[in-house]
Amino acid sequence: MVAIIDYGVGNLFSLKSSFAAIGVEAVVTSDGDVISAAERIILPGVGAFGDAAEKLRESGLDRVVKAEAAKGKPLMGICLGMQLLFERGFEYGEHEGLGLIKGEIRPIADVIPKNLKIPHIGWNALRFRGEASPIFKYINEGDHVYFVHSFYGANCAESVIADAEYGEYLTAAVAKDNVFGCQFHPEKSGDVGLRILKAFCEI
Amino acid sequence: MITKRIIPCLDVKDGRVVKGVNFLGLADVSSPVSLAKYYSEAGADELVFYDITASAEGRALFTDILCEVARTIFIPLTVGGGINTVADFDRVLKCGADKVSVNSGAIRNPGLIAEAAKLYGDQCVVISADVKRVDGVFRVFAKGGRENTGMEAIEWIKRCVGNGAGEVVLNSIDTDGVKGGFDLEMLEAVTNAVNVPVIASGGAGCIDHFTELFKALPKVDAGLAASIFHFGEVRINDLKQTLAENGIPVRLS
Repeated sequence: MVAIIDYGVGNLFSLKSSFAAIGVEAVVTSDGDVISAAERIILPGVGAFGDAAEKLRESGLDRVVKAEAAKGKPLMGICLGMQLLFERGFEYGEHEGLGLIKGEIRPIADVIPKNLKIPHIGWNALRFRGEASPIFKYINEGDHVYFVHSFYGANCAESVIADAEYGEYLTAAVAKDNVFGCQFHPEKSGDVGLRILKAFCEI
Repeated sequence: MITKRIIPCLDVKDGRVVKGVNFLGLADVSSPVSLAKYYSEAGADELVFYDITASAEGRALFTDILCEVARTIFIPLTVGGGINTVADFDRVLKCGADKVSVNSGAIRNPGLIAEAAKLYGDQCVVISADVKRVDGVFRVFAKGGRENTGMEAIEWIKRCVGNGAGEVVLNSIDTDGVKGGFDLEMLEAVTNAVNVPVIASGGAGCIDHFTELFKALPKVDAGLAASIFHFGEVRINDLKQTLAENGIPVRLS
């Protein structure tokens, strides 16, 4: 069973439906016991870093996520959920993240050419980095996934497993041991996205 | 590199797709769910559902259908039609829509875009503008293109983007239905005025019109059409293949 953490940010309908589509039981929950009992955890999120990090802390779920990750349970952060895995975020000030992935979250405006639009929105191709990641075992380099974001993972070279070119190469996915993060939305990336979720469910 | 998006638009009334749809092999051609699945498998990058229902019951049916569509396909969904308040945003977003497109609602209530963008983020709010030349000036039309608001279109679109609209759908009434190609002049004026994605709508009659669009105006992000896809005159895979051969980045499935 997969626990999709509900901490009051974003719509989890599509995410839950994606797991149904690949035949995996998933529950949307804010209950620490349910999360602890699950085999795998999804940390979703849309909105602003500071706001979401605070909600996660207020609910005490930050400690649950960290404790479960420390036990080796597979954890995947998606979009803002991926960003929260980092040490710090610089979106409207400086905010502390979960610190499970080394690095920080910075505005893409800092690195991309001025003529490109922000947010980086649409389908973009993945370029694999480092060793082959288990979450990509059912997809190929160059496959397209759907992005919507204005901030990106910086100073995290050792954890990057894929990036995507938007004027600059931006972090698309990260991994460290049992902790994974996707900047893009697997639940909105068609078959490619579903195959990433399926691979995650087999870890 | 970000790819150009190809977006079929489905008009839904009382839970059924309207406008003749002519697909071989689809048992129920007016079922939004079968059509959404068909388009998703055919390589559509996104779908737009437009609710043209007049009654409250029809609207509730639309909401149910939307949830069903969102359960079935996993590409971005934009919903428009009858969006007048943030409660309308909430209703369709809870069903799994990713973006909400506003048109007449934003004309009637100028605060709607700012309010929705604050609640759901800029990326969620799409301004859809129906624009027509009147005495050589681009004017915004309301009520499905029937009523001239008298507003100058480029200023109106800039104002909407300034208020938080994260994307613009520009539908040229002048080229809509003519199948003579997109309105490049109007689109260029809009892409020069805003720095958010612009989706071209109105006028596509064949594959070459899309090639022409993206070659002439590299700043346009997406092409939207309805009947040429519904009637099978243009197949999305063929279209994308041709675009790729012309050096235009697309997602091939």
